[in-house]
Amino acid sequence: MHASNVKYRLGKSYGFQILTYVLAFACVIPLLAILFFIIKAGITKINWHFLINVPKPVGESGGGIANALVGSILIIIVAAIIAIPIGILAGIYLSENRKSRLAYWCRLSTDILQGVPSIVIGIVAYFWLVKPLGKFSALSGSVALAIMMLPIVVRSTEETLKLLPDSLKEAALALGMPFHRVIFKVIVPVGISGILSGVMLSIARITGETAPLLFTAFGNPYLTTNVTQPMQSLPLLIFNYATSPYNDWHDLAWGASLILLLWVLFLNIFTKLITRKWKVQL
Amino acid sequence: MDTSVENGMITRSDLPLRVINSTPEAILKTKKRARRSFRQIRTENVFKRTLMIMGLVMVILVLGILLTLIVQSLPSIKSLGLKYLWSKVWDPVQDIYGAWPFLLGTLLSSFLALFISIPFSIAIAIFLGEYHPKGWLPDFLKNAVELIAAVPSVIYGFWGLAVLVPIVRNLESHIGVEPIGVGIFSSSLILAIMIIPYAASLGRSMITMVPSHLKEAAYGLGATRWEVIRSVVLPYTKSGLFAGILLSLGRALGETMAVTMVIGNTSLIPKSIFAPGNTMASVIANEFTEADKPVYLSALIELGLVLFLVTVVINLIGKKIIDRFTNE
Amino acid sequence: MESTIIKSRNFNASFGTNHVVKNVNIDIPRNHVIAVMGPSGCGKTTYLRCINRMHELIPGATCDGEMKLNDENIYEMHPIFVRLKIGMVFQRPNPFPNLSIYDNVIAGYKLNGVKLPKAERDRIVEHSLTRVALWNEVKDSLNKKGSFLSGGQQQRLCIARAVAMEPEVLLFDEPTSALDPISTSTVEELFHELKVNYTLIIVTHNMQQAARVSDKTAFFYMGELVEYDETKTMFTNPKDNRTQNYITGRFS
Repeated sequence: MHASNVKYRLGKSYGFQILTYVLAFACVIPLLAILFFIIKAGITKINWHFLINVPKPVGESGGGIANALVGSILIIIVAAIIAIPIGILAGIYLSENRKSRLAYWCRLSTDILQGVPSIVIGIVAYFWLVKPLGKFSALSGSVALAIMMLPIVVRSTEETLKLLPDSLKEAALALGMPFHRVIFKVIVPVGISGILSGVMLSIARITGETAPLLFTAFGNPYLTTNVTQPMQSLPLLIFNYATSPYNDWHDLAWGASLILLLWVLFLNIFTKLITRKWKVQL
Repeated sequence: MDTSVENGMITRSDLPLRVINSTPEAILKTKKRARRSFRQIRTENVFKRTLMIMGLVMVILVLGILLTLIVQSLPSIKSLGLKYLWSKVWDPVQDIYGAWPFLLGTLLSSFLALFISIPFSIAIAIFLGEYHPKGWLPDFLKNAVELIAAVPSVIYGFWGLAVLVPIVRNLESHIGVEPIGVGIFSSSLILAIMIIPYAASLGRSMITMVPSHLKEAAYGLGATRWEVIRSVVLPYTKSGLFAGILLSLGRALGETMAVTMVIGNTSLIPKSIFAPGNTMASVIANEFTEADKPVYLSALIELGLVLFLVTVVINLIGKKIIDRFTNE
Repeated sequence: MESTIIKSRNFNASFGTNHVVKNVNIDIPRNHVIAVMGPSGCGKTTYLRCINRMHELIPGATCDGEMKLNDENIYEMHPIFVRLKIGMVFQRPNPFPNLSIYDNVIAGYKLNGVKLPKAERDRIVEHSLTRVALWNEVKDSLNKKGSFLSGGQQQRLCIARAVAMEPEVLLFDEPTSALDPISTSTVEELFHELKVNYTLIIVTHNMQQAARVSDKTAFFYMGELVEYDETKTMFTNPKDNRTQNYITGRFS
């Protein structure tokens, strides 16, 4: 090996390292651009009236996003009520039954569900709930979102419980504890941080979803808390108003975008904090 | 410490009496315990059955989705046949349905987005997996990448519409293309940003799994850092990286909102990358609530069915590759 | 009261097609310490786990034959009842990490939903911890979680937890193999005191431990119960060649 050959190879190696660093950090640029732009465009639009008023008809100023805020919260809460119990129980089932046939198909189904495009889930929810009941409703939107939450909750519950040592379960069983108590009084409490982070992650995921709500919750210019009625949600409002030709509505959309962004960010940071705090040393 | 034996019971004088089995109190206690335990056994069985039902729910859900899509697509399949998928004209007003513009739009935007994003995803994966696994700098990058995945797609769309589209319009006027701004190219750019995290995070975990003794063997022979990456790390993780790319592709194919907002929503076959168009997802989003004829609606659902099957297959292949890789 | 508390006749256990416990016949006398020893893979742990029906929790595990507790067939009772009467202490100390020391001792009651008055709970905790010579060491930190305890103390806590259920038999699966020598000797001292109120069956791969703590010893080899006798006799005058070879260290 000539010294010059080695120098060339080292130079090439160094060059690729620089290229890798540059490309890797280049991705931060569009992220920062988006964050800054949303903050800049939205911050001036937010005030107290913005938060407690509903949108006004075109041409009138002073509208707000109260209907979307309330709607988002309600739709998410109902979706969580549906998805969390089913998801956690299914996750427990999978972690307790590694090899059964049903567990194989269940795991496969969860993987499939995770990859289904959100608009397809919206279509299905339309035919399951909207068409039979004859109207759009927040409930149908919640069902669609619950379907999207399920794979995340199931997987994270299963993965968390799989990591727990068998000795924990054995100690409980050896004390004559019945199975359901072993699960709920010993296994779940020790694994609670993992399960909870899966739940929070799934909520953060559906908070920003629009497509499943397009033909289910549909949107509503008025504030309502009736889940059997169509309801507005933040992402839906942003979509509708951003693509409209009116500047007033664009302003509303910017303010709403900032709120949505902050909300999603907060959920993600909150998830990280609680999992760090509640990690139980085994 | 006296130990005494009385009536077959052994007791020690310095510890509280432990009565074995014979006094009325002890018998009652055992009876109470038995009653409690019978109740527990019944609950235990109910619980085990409930768990199994929940497992079944997931399977039924997926089957239900597939079934609904098929049933609702039947009218269109029956009357339009399979040539619907490559017919080139989409004109619902005249009752002419052809899916090719949307298939083409989907393929173009997704694959272009993939090609744009791959170098960046792989760079992130190599940086985090090989060059700099620990420290504040990679933590920052890791959080940034997670943030990219967390931003809702409708916000990407809105920003794309407000910021990216004018830039593209500017670019188009400079290169002599009709300066519309919206189109396949813009949607590919937005998609590219959105799908970076998927290949990046999977690639990173694959790269960290490369056994160090393989790398050490190469270093021991005098290889440079880059040569080790090129000849040991990348070949070892080839299939894992491919799986990551598949996952990114699956995400791109199914993305609706951001694409809808910047693609121009034209049902004509796009003549170039810069022309406006539609993807399967975006045409469903736009025209679903306006579909007034059964065949019209059914044709859209059929697109949904195709989307479902394609994304499911891609995701399953990706997951299978990952499973095989991690179990080797 | 009968002096034999556990009786096995023609007892077999398998993992699928792997026959690991072969035709075991043994009578375990009440209030004795029985050591079960043998080389790795001889089936001693499997046999132990059949006594409190933990063996069947493993998918594919089967067993047959007669196993009786006080003349009741263990395999005709519901496993929960069996485990209320036969407690187990495991190889690695496994106190529940999210419960305090106090709650760990009465975990068998609390987690089973049994509501006891506070006075009764306190009595059980103090009684059980005294039985394992841990009371004085932890009586001021009952509400703390057990993570600060040493390995030996954690293992004694697990024994207290099993004792609190007032079982008739205590099973020990290599209870000191994960402990340092000093903790090992404190646990071994307990066996002598515990046998006054319970019957102890201790699986150990440590011959010297078997010789130190037990009244009778059972020697398992390749799934069979080769020899079962008074410990003194077994170690000074074994009847079977295989026992002789094991004791003199020809295989371990």
